[in-house]
This record gives sequence, C-alpha cells and structure tokens, in this order.
Amino acid sequence: MSAQISIRDMFFEESEELLEALAEGLALMSSGSHNDETVNAVFRAVHSIKGGAGAFKLAALVGFAHRFETVLDELRSHRLDLEPEVMHTLQRSADHLTDLVEDARNGDDTDTGQTAEFLAALDACLGSPPSAEAADDDAGFAFAAISMDLLDLDGPTDSDVGAPEQNFTILFRPHSALFTNGHDPALLIAALADLGTVTTELDLSRLRDVSSFDPTEPKLGWMIRLSTLAERAAIDEVFEFVEGLCDLHIAVSNSVEEPSLQPEISIDPELEIRPVTVFAESGTEGIALEKTEIRSNVRQQIAAREDGPGESGNTEARGPKPTLRVDLDRVDRLINAVGELIINQSMIAQRVQELRLATDADVVTHVEDYRLLARDIQEAVMAIRAQPVKPLFQRMSRIVREAADSTGKNARLVTHGEGAEVDKTVVERLADPLTHMIRNAVDHGLESIEARIAAGKDPCGTIHLSAAHRSGAVIITIRDDGAGLNRRKILEIARNKNLISPEAEPSDSEIDALLFLPGFSTASTVSNLSGRGVGLDVVRNAVTTLGGRVTIASTPGHGTEFTISLPLTLAVLDGMVVSVAGQIMVIPITSILETIRPGDGDLHIIGTSDRLLLIRGKFIPVVDVAQGLGFVRPPLLPAPDTLLLVETENQGQCALMVDRVFDQRQVVIKALDTNYGAVPGVSAATVLGDGQIALILDPEAIANNRVQQTAEHWSSAKLNEGKSLAVA
Amino acid sequence: MQSPESHVPSEVEFVTFFTGGQSFSIDITQVREIRRWSAVTPLPHAPAEVLGVMNLRGSVIPIFDLAVRFGLNRTPDNARNVVVIAAHDNQTVGLLVESVSEILSVSRDRIQETPDLRSDNSRQSIIGVITVDEGMTRVIDLGAVITTGKRTVQ
Repeated sequence: MSAQISIRDMFFEESEELLEALAEGLALMSSGSHNDETVNAVFRAVHSIKGGAGAFKLAALVGFAHRFETVLDELRSHRLDLEPEVMHTLQRSADHLTDLVEDARNGDDTDTGQTAEFLAALDACLGSPPSAEAADDDAGFAFAAISMDLLDLDGPTDSDVGAPEQNFTILFRPHSALFTNGHDPALLIAALADLGTVTTELDLSRLRDVSSFDPTEPKLGWMIRLSTLAERAAIDEVFEFVEGLCDLHIAVSNSVEEPSLQPEISIDPELEIRPVTVFAESGTEGIALEKTEIRSNVRQQIAAREDGPGESGNTEARGPKPTLRVDLDRVDRLINAVGELIINQSMIAQRVQELRLATDADVVTHVEDYRLLARDIQEAVMAIRAQPVKPLFQRMSRIVREAADSTGKNARLVTHGEGAEVDKTVVERLADPLTHMIRNAVDHGLESIEARIAAGKDPCGTIHLSAAHRSGAVIITIRDDGAGLNRRKILEIARNKNLISPEAEPSDSEIDALLFLPGFSTASTVSNLSGRGVGLDVVRNAVTTLGGRVTIASTPGHGTEFTISLPLTLAVLDGMVVSVAGQIMVIPITSILETIRPGDGDLHIIGTSDRLLLIRGKFIPVVDVAQGLGFVRPPLLPAPDTLLLVETENQGQCALMVDRVFDQRQVVIKALDTNYGAVPGVSAATVLGDGQIALILDPEAIANNRVQQTAEHWSSAKLNEGKSLAVA
Repeated sequence: MQSPESHVPSEVEFVTFFTGGQSFSIDITQVREIRRWSAVTPLPHAPAEVLGVMNLRGSVIPIFDLAVRFGLNRTPDNARNVVVIAAHDNQTVGLLVESVSEILSVSRDRIQETPDLRSDNSRQSIIGVITVDEGMTRVIDLGAVITTGKRTVQ
C-alpha cells in the first residue's frame, strides 16, 4: 500500500467494506435466514464504523452509529424482537449510515433534520429513548470493545444471574498477529482488572525448546482468574478486537477443576466449543472423558503444531481470505504490459511459422509453451481486475426500498449469482443503468398493491436481479413480476411521438424494443423516480459503450425481463479479422450474426449503387465498408464478395461488405483517442501479430453513416424534384 | 506550447529537420525519440496530413506528414524518411520528415516573430523563425499542428 494513503482514507475504505457487511447481514436478517452470528456481525460493523469515526471526530456519524448500535445491541441480546417495522428501520438506518459516511468522506454537511428523523425511528424501536447518561456512558468507548459468542455460555450464566460474584478462568494465548495489529496483552489484562479481581499465571511451557526459538512467534500464554460482578459479555467485550488473533478460552470456574494450560486442551478454534461444554458441567469425570476425545481429534493438529514453529496457519484458516489493496494504476500497468506480451508472443509465433520448421522442432514446441504461458498470465492478470457484482447488487436493494417507499408500493429484491465477476470498470459503469432499470421495474413494472391483490398476486412485488457467466460474457437479468408491458400503449405513444410510421404493424418484440428509442417514456405522470424521458435509451447507450447489449422480454400479467449481456473485460475483445480495401480490420464478434458469401441472384441493385441482400425472403441493405470509411479501393484488388450480417440497434439488420474474412481471434483493445481522437466508424484499434495496427470497426456507426448518406441523397433528390416542378 | 519568452534559460535547444524542401524545428523538450519510418495504418475520414496510426511499443500514435500540413507536396516514400516522436499535453504524435539535420542551440533573442503570412495554416502553426547560416528554420507550434489535424476530423 502506498504511503500516501492517509489513515483517514483507510478508514473510509474500511467503512465501505463494513457497510457492505452491514448490508449483507441486514439482507439475511430481512429474509429471516439469520442466526445470532449475523446479528453480531451487523453489530460489529456498525460498532467499528463508530469507533473509526470517533477517531476522526466525525460527531454526526458517531452519534448516529451509536444509536443504531444500541438498537442492534437490544436485538442481539434478544430484548428486542425483529418485527418487520424494526427491520425496515434498520435497513433505512443502514442506508442513512451509508450517506453519513459518504458525506463525511466528502466533507459535506449532513442534513441533520434527516438524521433526527432516523434517530427518532430508531428510538421508537427501543420503546423509550435512551437516557442521556447512557449515551455519555458510551461516548468514551475508545477502541477496545466487544465481540460476543466466542462461546455460548448462556446456560450457566443465566442460572448464575443471582450470584453476587462469578469466577472466570480465561486462557489467553496471543498469536503473532495480535502484536502486529498493535494490541498489547498487558492492556487487555488491565481492562479485565477493571472488571474485578484478577490473578494471572504466566504459561512458559512453549519456551522450553530454546534451540528452535523463533523470536517472531509469541511463546507466552496467560491463565487469568477473574472474580467479577460483571457479566460474561463484559469479558467478551474486552477481547472483541483481538478475536481471531489469539487463542482465547473463557470459562466459568466456580466449582470446576481448573483447566490446564497444556496445549491439548483447547487451542483450535473449531474445537473451542467442546471443552466449553466440559467446563460448564461440574464434575471431573466428564472432563477426563471429553479430554480423551478431544485429544484424539486434535492429535493431528497438535502434532503439526509441535513440529512447526507457530500457529499462523491456523489463524489464517479462520479469517476471511487474505487480500491486498493495490493501486489501480499498478494493475493497469501490468495489464498493459501483458497486452504487449501477448502481441510480442504472436509476433514471435508468426516469425517462427514463416521459418517453416518441422512441427517437432524444439523452437516450435517452446513457442507453443510460450503461447500457453502468455495466455495463463493474461487470464491471471485480467482476474485481478475482475470483481464480484455483489456490492453493486447490494446497493440495488436500497434502490428498491426507496423506489417502493416513494411509489407506495411493496417490493423486495431477490438477487442470484452475486459471486459472478466482471471487470471493475464494467461494474462501476453498470451502476447507473442498473439503478435506472431497477427503479423502472418498481415504478413502471410493478403494479400498485391494490392492483396486485386484485390480480391475485402477492401484494409484495418481487424484483429478481441475477448475474451469470455465459460463453465469455456476463448476463445480468432484471425481472419483475408485475403486469408486463402494455404494448398497445407503447405503440400508441410511439405513433403519437412519430417514432414509427402510422402504417407500421410491428411485432411484439419490435414494440418492446420501441422502449429503447430516445425520448420514449410511458409513464403518464412524471414521477420522482423515472419517466423524465431520459429512459431506457440512456440505459442502452451506457450498455453499448461497454460493448454489451440489452434486450427486453415481457409476458402480459407476469412481468418484464431485461437482459444485459456484457463482456467480461474491456481490455480484450473477440473479433473477426477481415480485410477492407487492402487493410486488415477487426469487427467485434458480438455484433456479427453470420457471414454470408452471396450467390448469383442474392444481391439486388436499387438505383445506381445501393444494393440489397435477399436472405431467407427478406431484403437487407448492404453497406460497403470501404466506401463507408471513405477508403478508395486499390484498383488491382478483386471486388469484395463477403458479407457479414450484423445486428444494429438503430437500423435493424444490415450486411457489411468486406473483401475477405480471415479468422476469429482475441485482440487487445487500444484506445485511439488518447493520442488522436474519435474516428467515425472506428471504435478502437489493436496491434496485430506483425506489429501493425488494425482498426476495430463499429458496425453500428458504419451502418448509420450509410443510412444518413442515403437520407441526404433522397432529400436532395426531392429538393431537385421540387425545383424542377417549380420551373415547370 | 509555451511561448519562448516564458522559458527560464536564455539558451533554447531545437531539433531541426528537413521536409518538403524547407527546414523546420521543434523545441527539444517536446521530442521523445526519432524512429525509422515504418508502414502506417490509414484512418478513415482523416485530413490529408494525417497519414495514419503507428504502433509505438503498444501505444497507438497518429503520424502527421508535416509537409502536407504546411501545404507542401506529400513527403515521397523513401526508406530514409524518419519519424520524429513528439509529445504535447500528454498526447504523443509522430511527425514524418525527410531527414533530421541537427540540434540547434540558440539564445532566445535570436528567435524572430513570424512575419504576417498569407497562409493561415502556416501562421497558426509556426511561432517563429531562426536564422541559420544563410537560411532559416521555422519553429513549429506542435499544439497547433495537432489541433488543426483534429479539428478537420471532427
């Protein structure tokens, strides 16, 4: 991590992750599939944000997070039931917390009125507003805090509630990570001492083998006996921030034989629970039995532990997968370099091929190995930029909530395949169109509650959002269970707005596609959410810029489904290599439907030069790519005779005429506008195996260009007609 | 490009080159490298002076024919032609010239303002002239060369 990243930035980065965890936990809670750990995770997320915010004196954030946390605390201690209203408040509070964090990051002033509103809602959950002291109490919360349920000791603790004082025995053995994270056992023990009387016993047993002494591995452990009036939770709280960084073992030891500090008892996280049950029971026989059982279970691990110097392997297994934050620029530099490597590889391969060596020649096999290796590296590097769509999807549940609230509808979001990974830029640039479509789905797709009940549907509408990988693309679908598209109304509007000719009788799918036309909006009233006329055409443009396409399908009465298909990465593209007027060019595979070599009678000429292709009984305009690009064909080249049938958004199907089709291959995309500028008809460039640059064509623009030219041709023809009439 | 007056040192260095029968020069701080001519990929709808694009270690850079840019005849194909790679505002371009002559170190006051010229193209893209021996060399405003090219493209 670069040194310039300030601690403050780190806090906000971490907050983002915590907010994600928060949203995830709340989603689980809302679906009812949560357990105590979920609630705890949610609590911890809010608590950590509060802690961090306190360090940066972000008072508004701290105040709100504190109240939020209070409600969560009530929930996790089962003093508050998870009623639907409470759930609703929690989710809205999480949204607000996200806003507050965002405001704090931008240094914006927060709308205090809104905060007050949420605070009131949270208080309402608690029944009575917490006293001022309670808030003050926690104001000095500092950083040592709480995590629960390392062990579930509810039984004995509850039964001991009446008892004036309890004795706990705490086995505490820090891992090296505890120290690297800046914790100090002395402070933890001091914190325990605040709760009651502490006696500690230092365990030096691991120090015995001096010959293999590793100074970086902590060797010390403590057995701490604590007599306290405080509850078990208070002890957990002391250790909250070192959870996972130490072997920790807390037991009520009123009448139980004191546990030994020998390693075979309780070290491994997975096994912690078992010894606990032992200590919870009284009587020594049980312990002996359990011990043997545990011993057999952990024998292997202990053996490993005795061989190996430390326990770092175990700690790693417990936490989430280790990750590394890297500056995006560095990744992009790597991706560029790998792009060069791929090009260099194909250049070498081409040279070797030109040597016409025997296929079993050493160099040929090495070159083949090189190719495979280069592809491997490329895939691995691309994977660095790939990110799961999960955070994006999580944000959408908020959009659904807000949209439902402001339209008075009832809606929930169900997501599938959040694990699907897409290029970071794709994820980022998908946020806006997706937001728009989700809002649309709630606003236009779902019916009102009454209408749903009348139709015999669940009053709560469902929006399904799913992501899946399919043949080198990621497919994102947004499906609502609403009334489906009102095709009659769409057609009527399209005719009123002159988007199609009055005589046209479009098919259902053609009507659906009208929604994507610029300036189309079916909502009769302009709502806050959508229907401002910047409708789906914006969505489609955004998706097209990413090299994807969006389609729509609708079943009356059952809902509408939008499907967005996107490339996995923006760095490479599957293209068809063709030649046009002697130049090698690339056409994106995604836009090509088929390649055709027309026979006699398939091509028909209209006027002087316009040609139509007759295919399966349909006439399709033919566009000469060379002409479209303004290239002059070298005189000696044979006339182009290969057609590529492409699907364009605006012009429907269209046949592009090229000289020759070579092959299909993956090409590295190079921007043209960095050093030059946008070129009509060309979307980017790539470097071929011989080091030459080939242009990547934009079939849409080429087809449009031709249509415009034709239109100009016709209008000028009409003008001439008019003139001659006037003369006559 | 900065106007010559704003340079701190009084001596300025220029790379001078020869194309279309005339001598031109460019501020040495803008020159990145000088390469041998290699085939370019033509761009559609490009103005005449933009010959196409070339691969410079993975970057796609446009190549301008400087002679055409100043209304002279196209630089004839010749294996000895060179491309001066120059950068302006994070934009890297190549200038096709017939030959690179020398590096010229002159004091600032030897740069004379361009006299009024009839050709707009030339006046906008030449910021001054320097007398060299019996002749003179024209100091190019690289930014203007690039922008005009772009404007024609739209």
